[in-house]
Amino acid sequence: MNTEMAISATAISKFYQDKKALDNLSFEIMKGSLFGFIGPDGAGKTSLFRILNSLLIPDEGKANILGFDTVKDYRQIRRIIGYMPGKFSLYQDLTVEENLKFFAGIFNSTISKNYHLIEDIYNHIEPFKNRKAGQLSGGMKQKLALSCALIHKPEVLILDEPTTGVDAVSRGEFWEMLQKLKSQNITILVSTPYMDEASLCDEVALMQEGKIMQRATPEKIIEAFEQTLWSVQSDNMFKLLSHLNDLPEIKLAYRSGDHICFIPEMLTFEEKKLLDHLEKIGHQSLHIRQIEPTIEDSFIFHMQSQN
Amino acid sequence: MRTVIFILQKEFRQVFRDKLMLPIIFIVPVVQLLILSYTATFEIKNTRIVIVDLDHSQRSRELVFHFESSSFFKIVSRQQNYQLASEWLKNGDADQVIVIGADFEKAIEANQSAKILLVTDAINGSAASLMNAYAQQVIQGFNKNILTEKMPFTTNKGTLSAEPLFWYNPKLNYVTYMVPGILVLLVTIIGFFLSGMNIVKEKEMGTIEQINVTPIKKWQFITGKLLPFWLIALFELVFGLGIAKLVFDIPFLGSFPLLMGVAAVYLLVILAMGLLVSTLSDTMQQSMFISWFFLVIFILMSGLFTPIESMPAWAQWFNKINPIAYFITINRMIMLKGSDFFDFSELFYALSGYAVVMLLLAVNRYKKVKA
Repeated sequence: MNTEMAISATAISKFYQDKKALDNLSFEIMKGSLFGFIGPDGAGKTSLFRILNSLLIPDEGKANILGFDTVKDYRQIRRIIGYMPGKFSLYQDLTVEENLKFFAGIFNSTISKNYHLIEDIYNHIEPFKNRKAGQLSGGMKQKLALSCALIHKPEVLILDEPTTGVDAVSRGEFWEMLQKLKSQNITILVSTPYMDEASLCDEVALMQEGKIMQRATPEKIIEAFEQTLWSVQSDNMFKLLSHLNDLPEIKLAYRSGDHICFIPEMLTFEEKKLLDHLEKIGHQSLHIRQIEPTIEDSFIFHMQSQN
Repeated sequence: MRTVIFILQKEFRQVFRDKLMLPIIFIVPVVQLLILSYTATFEIKNTRIVIVDLDHSQRSRELVFHFESSSFFKIVSRQQNYQLASEWLKNGDADQVIVIGADFEKAIEANQSAKILLVTDAINGSAASLMNAYAQQVIQGFNKNILTEKMPFTTNKGTLSAEPLFWYNPKLNYVTYMVPGILVLLVTIIGFFLSGMNIVKEKEMGTIEQINVTPIKKWQFITGKLLPFWLIALFELVFGLGIAKLVFDIPFLGSFPLLMGVAAVYLLVILAMGLLVSTLSDTMQQSMFISWFFLVIFILMSGLFTPIESMPAWAQWFNKINPIAYFITINRMIMLKGSDFFDFSELFYALSGYAVVMLLLAVNRYKKVKA
């Protein structure tokens, strides 16, 4: 077995009644990498993570973490992983410090033993250590949850949508912390519905309907996006989107912030023609320009072209 | 072992941080004991009667006087005829109507049988038969007086007389009978609900997810969950016994350590049952309904209010799996009869077996992994 691999999964499938949540997934993840699973709600990210952390048994296939089988060797798995569920799962009626002590205690560890691991994170919430966890803000809750998941010095960290429902500033801080943890040689698996976070990972996998659609480094994914991308604005954005979608020469149009992005059917696209057409049907103050695709655009295009 | 201590510490913190917990532990037993013991009584006092005296004679007045002087009866009205009196029954203003026939005195003087009509509101069957029996007693007493008066030299000769002696509860005090049972109810409810709500609460809050990925072993988790409630429920029993002694002066003839020993085993059954319910349900609401469903059946059939011996055979069979019935029986034996271990060893062994089965089931049903 390849010792460089932290996680490997072979042909994993999971069904809920007749619905396929995970469809024949196989992948390997390098040790010490920050790996992101990106995908919309219901793509199967949580099911996959629960299989990896031994809480869920796959219907088909198998997975292992650092050589331990997630079904057979669940005891070892639970010692070497740190898991942060998507829903805040610490005791809301216990204080920050009590939570941390408890999770250190049940791993037969103490806060001081692994304090260096959580120091940067716990610093932010230490002033509130006597406050009940339920009274913390969303961002502080995430930091506490991460501290609790780290306090036993796991080798693999599995974070299920850690930034969902957290403000933009805290999200930024959170990703900085993950980068630091990576330098401690902890393999990190993170899932997120926010596509902009994909570029912060070493490698990402785009998940949809239980399948991995695409997997590469963020740079590669952008490189592989062999389309021209345009941005357009007008005084009536709502109508503009439906008008663009009605045009046969436009492959895909979607809103992105304050403008609308579209991908033309042909690489040789005549912007003048489009502008004239849009003006004719009543749009004013039109702005159009070609833009550099981001990883988000690549994912949106990928997901749309699969449907 | 260290892990168990960490879980215990956490559970105790959570229990006592709950602002409602202390009132539940200290006020609930007081209120339950006081209210249930005084109100859940079958004693009939102050039966409201309406007298219809159609005879208006010396003898009829004597009979009415007998009723007046009994503490069981309270004459609420005197009516001229039965129709008017029956209105009182219909309106629920009276429990009993006593009609003294028109030729009452004449019949007595003529040494014939005199007629009295006794009408009782029998919506509550057992109360009605009691009221009827009390009224019969008053009439018997009156009858005896007449006999003595009319035949002073023949009475009490060759008649049978039975002298009643009431063991274990000489004054037939209903409170003495009820309190040991209510104590059982108390620890049962506290134990069942605390444990029944516990794991399911962790499920609902999502905290179980974080616990399940730790190396905590099943037995450690279950021990950590059960022990705090076991201690709280045992404390509750001691507290309740104290109130029983102070407020009701309930006799405690048996051995206190013996009772606590039985309670310790009994509580394992109850806590394990609660835990089982907790592991089977996904929400606290489900757990609440399931807990109530079982508790109500167990309590009503437990012999707390009605003796098990007078239940149909199937119900008596059912009570073999009713833990509350076991403990109420044993508790009454220890407290009121002063029984020692050998008097109820069979019941105790059954209870112990039950505890083992329930604990195994609860540990087994608690699954960290989902298939």
